Amino acid sequence: MSDFLRSYLTVFWFGLLAFALAGLLLWVSSLLRPNHPTREKSMPYESGVDPVGEGWSQSQIRYYVFALLFVVFDVEAVFLFPWATQLERYGSFGLIEMGIFVAVLLLGLVYAWRKGVLRWV
Amino acid sequence: MYALLSSIPYWGETLLRLLGGAVAVLLPAGTIVYLFLFKMMSFMQSRLGPMEAGPYGSMQLFAEVGKWLQKEDLLPERADSFVFKIAPLIVLASTFLLVAVVPFGPDAWFTNFEAGVFYALAVSSVSVLGILMAGWSSANKYSLLGGLRAAGQLIAYELPMILAVVGVVIQAGSMNLQNIVVAQNAGSIFGWDGLGNPYLLTQFVGFVIFMIAVQAELTQTPFDMPIAESELVSGYMTEYSGFRFLMFFIGEFATAGVFAFIASVLFLGGWGVPFSWFGWTGINDVDNWMNIGGPLIMLTKMLGLVFIIMWVRFSYPRFREDQLQRFAWKVLIPVSLVNIMATSVLKVAF
Repeated sequence: MSDFLRSYLTVFWFGLLAFALAGLLLWVSSLLRPNHPTREKSMPYESGVDPVGEGWSQSQIRYYVFALLFVVFDVEAVFLFPWATQLERYGSFGLIEMGIFVAVLLLGLVYAWRKGVLRWV
Repeated sequence: MYALLSSIPYWGETLLRLLGGAVAVLLPAGTIVYLFLFKMMSFMQSRLGPMEAGPYGSMQLFAEVGKWLQKEDLLPERADSFVFKIAPLIVLASTFLLVAVVPFGPDAWFTNFEAGVFYALAVSSVSVLGILMAGWSSANKYSLLGGLRAAGQLIAYELPMILAVVGVVIQAGSMNLQNIVVAQNAGSIFGWDGLGNPYLLTQFVGFVIFMIAVQAELTQTPFDMPIAESELVSGYMTEYSGFRFLMFFIGEFATAGVFAFIASVLFLGGWGVPFSWFGWTGINDVDNWMNIGGPLIMLTKMLGLVFIIMWVRFSYPRFREDQLQRFAWKVLIPVSLVNIMATSVLKVAF
């Protein structure tokens, strides 16, 4: 197996370790802890007042425009990183190229700003 | 060290790595909670903090874990039980995945990815999934609001964090964390190499943005809107009790430690000392004792950075949700884009 894939295997082991460690401690805890669920205990906690209506109540997701902008800039970052590692080789050509790219995106941010979507409504 | 590692079989090496990983997650978490959360916060508020368990209350943590282990594990009646139960494990797992990329010495690393920076930034956002799962599955209005706020905040501050790191990558010319450490310690400032070239000096703007974003990703005050105790009880953690709550708690402070590790790799020179002190030129000249000294240096730098995080946490009042979003989108992102362009112009010019 190549070193590259081995590294990812290590990552897999690390994830497994987290679950194993947590599972072990939860098991130890299950031997020690009491378990007497009652109606009152399992009611949703709302500062002592009996909850009204569903827990999954309707709530406005205020940031879906932010989420869209996030995707745009996240993809930009994907392009920025490989360029950043090779900047020395590209020289001023790469610099101007990326300057235009960042400027276009910045323009998008300014447009969103002026449109008022960066306000938390 | 490397000779030693290559002579033992794969399973032994993996066991050593896993042991190291567990220590690298749990030791900082414990130290941070005792040193900063118990003691520093108490001293800043003119009280002593825990004093009963062990000398100066140093055994308090073990008492706490023992107590949490015996707490009943409550499940809200309407909750989605599988998602509810697995959410804290995912938050904890994301911490373990994150620590896997941190180099602690010339040979003391867990994984040595070429695109280590990419990996770290990608994995650090897995914890958002756990938080959203916790908030959604609890079937509680406070939890739902807390989870949604957390998702909005983590999305907003993910970007400044990513963009702040680009400056470091431009300077080092590599995304490999090991190479970034070497580039800082083998570097020189205008020909003077007595300090190497820690990017703290040349990328100070990036460092400040990165630390602000870390503060927000960890949902520490002033960015603790998702768990704002005066309005949301404790946000997405409201319905959790017993050991599952403790897992969120451990996850929070272990992630603080790991983010501080990553920040010290990116900006403070990581495990290294300036190579000119010992006449080293590259990573192959570095003496073996750095595999022992490196982790200690990392631990020191980590504690220094977490001190700053906690200092801010205990000093500032909470941002409102709209201020928080405005700060990320209208201040941090434009500034970090300007920082990237300025860094690249200087890099090409010199």
